[in-house]
Amino acid sequence: MTITFLLNGESVEVDGVGPTTTLLDWLRETRGLTGTKEGCNEGDCGACTVMVTDGERARALNACILFLPQLHGKAVRTVEGVSGPDGQLHPVQEAMVDNHGSQCGFCTPGFVVSMATAHLNRQTDHDDQLAGNLCRCTGYAPIVRAAESASAAPVPDWMHADQGFFLAQIPRGEAEGRGAEPPYAQPDSTDALAAWYADNPDATLVAGATDVGLWVTKQLRDLPKIAFLNRCEDLKQIEETAAGLRIGAMVTMDRVLDAMRPRHPAYAEMIRRYGSAQVRAAATIGGNIANGSPIGDNPPALIALGATLHLRHGDTRREMPIGDFFIDYGKQDRAPGEFVEAVTIPAQPDRLRVYKLSKRFDQDISAVCGALRITVEDGTVTDARIAFGGMAGIPKRAAAAEKALLGQSWSEDSARRAAAALDEDFTPLSDMRASANYRMETARSMILRAWHEDQGLPISVLEVAP
Amino acid sequence: MSVTQAIPHDAATGHVTGRARYVDDIPVPAGTLHLAFGLSDIAAGRVISMELSAVRDAPGVVAVLTADDLPFANDASPSVHDEPLLSDGNIHYLGQPLFLVVADSHLNARKAARLGRIETEDQDAILTIEDAMAADSRFEEGPRVWEKGDTAEAIAAAPHRLSGQIEMGGQEHFYLEGQAALALPGEAGDMLVHSSTQHPTEIQHKVAEALGVPMHAVRVEVRRMGGGFGGKESQGSALAIACAVAARATGRPCKMRYDRDDDMVITGKRHDFRIAYKVGYNDEGRILGVDFVQYTRCGWAQDLSLPVADRAMLHADNAYHLPAARIESHRLKTNTQSATAFRGFGGPQGMLGIERVMDAIAHDLGRDPLAVRRANYYAAAQAVATGPGTGQRYGGTHSPKPAASTVQTTSYGMEVTDFILHEITGALSQSAGYDLRRAAIADWNAANPLLKKGIALTPVKFGISFTLTHLNQAGALVHVYQDGSVHLNHGGTEMGQGLFRKVSQVAADRFGLPVESIRITATDTDKVPNTSATAASSGSDLNGMAVMAACDTIRDRMADALATLYQADAAAVRFADGMVQIGAETVPFARAAKLCYENRVSLSATGFYKTPDLSWDRIKGHGRPFFYFAYGAACSEVVVDTLTGEYRILRTDILHDAGRSLNPAIDMGQIEGGFVQGAGWLTTEELVWDESGRLRTHAPSTYKIPACSDRPDVFNVALWDGENRAETIYRSKAVGEPPFMLGMSVFFALSDAIASCGRGYPALDAPATPERVLMAIRQVQNGV
Repeated sequence: MTITFLLNGESVEVDGVGPTTTLLDWLRETRGLTGTKEGCNEGDCGACTVMVTDGERARALNACILFLPQLHGKAVRTVEGVSGPDGQLHPVQEAMVDNHGSQCGFCTPGFVVSMATAHLNRQTDHDDQLAGNLCRCTGYAPIVRAAESASAAPVPDWMHADQGFFLAQIPRGEAEGRGAEPPYAQPDSTDALAAWYADNPDATLVAGATDVGLWVTKQLRDLPKIAFLNRCEDLKQIEETAAGLRIGAMVTMDRVLDAMRPRHPAYAEMIRRYGSAQVRAAATIGGNIANGSPIGDNPPALIALGATLHLRHGDTRREMPIGDFFIDYGKQDRAPGEFVEAVTIPAQPDRLRVYKLSKRFDQDISAVCGALRITVEDGTVTDARIAFGGMAGIPKRAAAAEKALLGQSWSEDSARRAAAALDEDFTPLSDMRASANYRMETARSMILRAWHEDQGLPISVLEVAP
Repeated sequence: MSVTQAIPHDAATGHVTGRARYVDDIPVPAGTLHLAFGLSDIAAGRVISMELSAVRDAPGVVAVLTADDLPFANDASPSVHDEPLLSDGNIHYLGQPLFLVVADSHLNARKAARLGRIETEDQDAILTIEDAMAADSRFEEGPRVWEKGDTAEAIAAAPHRLSGQIEMGGQEHFYLEGQAALALPGEAGDMLVHSSTQHPTEIQHKVAEALGVPMHAVRVEVRRMGGGFGGKESQGSALAIACAVAARATGRPCKMRYDRDDDMVITGKRHDFRIAYKVGYNDEGRILGVDFVQYTRCGWAQDLSLPVADRAMLHADNAYHLPAARIESHRLKTNTQSATAFRGFGGPQGMLGIERVMDAIAHDLGRDPLAVRRANYYAAAQAVATGPGTGQRYGGTHSPKPAASTVQTTSYGMEVTDFILHEITGALSQSAGYDLRRAAIADWNAANPLLKKGIALTPVKFGISFTLTHLNQAGALVHVYQDGSVHLNHGGTEMGQGLFRKVSQVAADRFGLPVESIRITATDTDKVPNTSATAASSGSDLNGMAVMAACDTIRDRMADALATLYQADAAAVRFADGMVQIGAETVPFARAAKLCYENRVSLSATGFYKTPDLSWDRIKGHGRPFFYFAYGAACSEVVVDTLTGEYRILRTDILHDAGRSLNPAIDMGQIEGGFVQGAGWLTTEELVWDESGRLRTHAPSTYKIPACSDRPDVFNVALWDGENRAETIYRSKAVGEPPFMLGMSVFFALSDAIASCGRGYPALDAPATPERVLMAIRQVQNGV
């Protein structure tokens, strides 16, 4: 099965590679393009950042956890392609030199690609655009100075070259691979996926590969049967329906962020921190739900919002309150061959608070993630939906805490009683991210924080100006 | 004049275009093989048997080697031959290499390495300080103890006393480029090794031992590293040896690079420490006597732990004159990764001990911690007139000595004659508005029940020189070609710190050429032999001097020859602006080089330098281990969330002493980067081992170095304007390590913010993760 994409402006066709060959390995080992570096091989450091353009826009992605079939029909630009065809430096490259933005230089190509992508998209929130690029030498200050000084420069012509290239122009790949390599599927619609997966329930579905990528690069697992969902355009839709906002499983988190910003800004802010630009551009909401992680950050927010999960097996569809999907650690209410098709968030006035707690603010997995939607009418709590990640083997509602609030006046006292009731709801564990005590104490704090926030008190260190 | 110019890193364009090559980027010959280690799964015990048939049968595997297959030395230690490359049957830590896989690809080698079936006999692992003290598991025969005065009596007689302890975690280097090596077998048993190392000579030495050949048969080349920070001072040996041995066994080039998780599991990190203290002081907070007991987990092998622990003792005073001091140091042997060099090399740990004492004294007396710090500072250095015509030099062989009455000595008996922290602190506290902001923060905290701010200004005094005196030497090799271009080589390695750029500026200045005329070439044991590691912040000091010596040798030869040719005075020959002025004649440098060549003048020279005036007895703990001190100070303001312990750095102001900076842009980069790395050590960077001895934080998903938004919102960095009193290269100062310790200002700003939550003293441990901050807040609120 031929994979066709544009690489630094030139069309390439790749045949006969294993479906889990990463773009990074292929660039470095097959193409000899060694500007793209391997720093961590798990999507956390950004040294391998490349720019990938599809029909929609250009995004920075981590090449280390990007499988070649995911690139079919897209345009890839590496650091070698950020410079002009005659070797002219891109404005961000010049600015990095002038501002002494490189020291050891190993992270630099990744930074340059992230900066060039942000420059192309005219994004100037540099701290956020660069949250997924780690530098151990500079302390970041000169890099941000470089990004600032380049931001006004015009986008060089060659950076626009990728925008006309996308799926429609290239031949369709076969639905199923043949030959010596393990077969893989790349269905081009949800119907095709549903039919194939019902017949191949033991297969691995690859959405954004921010999790499955690590099965390959870190656990060194062989995935004998695999389907890539990136061509299922109808799984990438966000629709406003009577029931609310229906978000397809393949919608990437950067788009969920955009959708949530006007509706539930606290959720949007959590997504900003949950993953770097590179991760948000790859990770999908369906993947984050379906993998059932106890520390996935979407489920607590979706539970608090009363979201509905849509599952599909063949032609059979069912739906459930999203909280019911998570049965136990590693166990979800999903039959073999069944997959997450979408999630619907009911339209509602915004009462959502989301508190993500981690050692580092950006690009860190939560120790605890709390989502609270407490409805107060005439001073009395008429509805309380409180859910936590990191407090149990699954993302889970705090039933006792909710009960302690319901029908009570919304006050510091009732918040404290609800916080105390969390003891009945959770018995968290200790691990390298946090101790059980800290998890319990900060979960309690989050209920109090919600009350304080309602009183208009400053509650976030991120919002304090120097 | 090329020195003192803020010109970019020599490889900046290569960095931004991706053209700068690292070891793994070097094109390899066809048939190159790839290596991976099979690792132990237990922390302590013995190997009963290794069933490796599945490894041998795995796809792409060419060979599998165990300790029995190694032809000569099975050792990767930089010190005492206690670090087998492959387990000799004993298992010392979880992650120890047991066998070596040689395969046709990196991925196949990694996959096969997991297929070993190892039968082991477990032993009780010694993991903690308590375990090691109970088992008396240590390096050296007992604790090292240095004392100045009668400390016990001084403490007993003091009007105030307190005691306590601080725990501080280690730190993963997280160089972005992991460890890597490539060995290319040559003819007649020669081996060329490309290694990502700070210490090519050590790699050469260890590879020669492993191959059973003299050092002359091994050549090591290092163009650059993607970060080192001390983590590539000794830790690259295992990969280089493995590659060389496998290359010898197979006759094919062999390459090895650790996957990030393997890198973090296998290699050593910064030493973690516990420091217990007892201190006596007066009403002003002036220390009268202090007693430190330092415990450090060195891990399973000695590596560089003794000099690291020594340096921790040597920095137990930081910037403070201690009339009486006793320091006891326990170098504990544990079943964990062998802790190794990391920027500061024990200095930061020792320094954090005395800074904690300052903070605790201030809290006890209700005084501003900065006032207590200043009260304890060493006496100011005598003013020195500088500039043209003043002609006085300090620190050199013939230097005038400052008046004896004002000179104070460190706890190890070294006179402190260059102390400039009074001036730096004064200037910084003013530019940062310390007093006003401290008052404003008190008001802000009174108005904010949930969020609290804190501020701290902390100083750094860091000793410059290797404490193993013989390492303070360097060599250089310079060629001038007949077209006037210059080829420069020296023993230092480039890891991002800009050494190559600085040294090329020196060479350019000596010849009066633009820096573009100087070709900087990869560090190569064939060009400059017997080098020291590029470490201890010494790179520019040592190699800059050696390069200057080589350049001056050539320049003097050229001057002599040209003077003869033009019948002028050799002493009056000038090299400037790309020209050579000989009496009334001025010729382009290229023309001068051609003339010298045609007149049969050697245009190639070596240069050599050794640091003067050092004398140190590490057993007694007495002497002059350092050529001079580097100074700096930082003021940081933080805000803390009392509900969760989360915090942010709002503002940092730094004033740092780089002497007469060779390149202010590069030095500023070291300061900004060092500060952020130091703040990371003390805040979010937490290493966690579980009870089986397994490192649970072995990737960036779990080990959190500072990200872009973690740098201070407002970040003002300035260089102190002054010359080094010691005769260093152009009177500059070393700048690699000292700024790391400026990060302590963040830690003590957190302590200040926490202290505002109640009456108790925070007694914060490091790293101050949000969890530790919240625990400290609760203690303070409870008045503990």
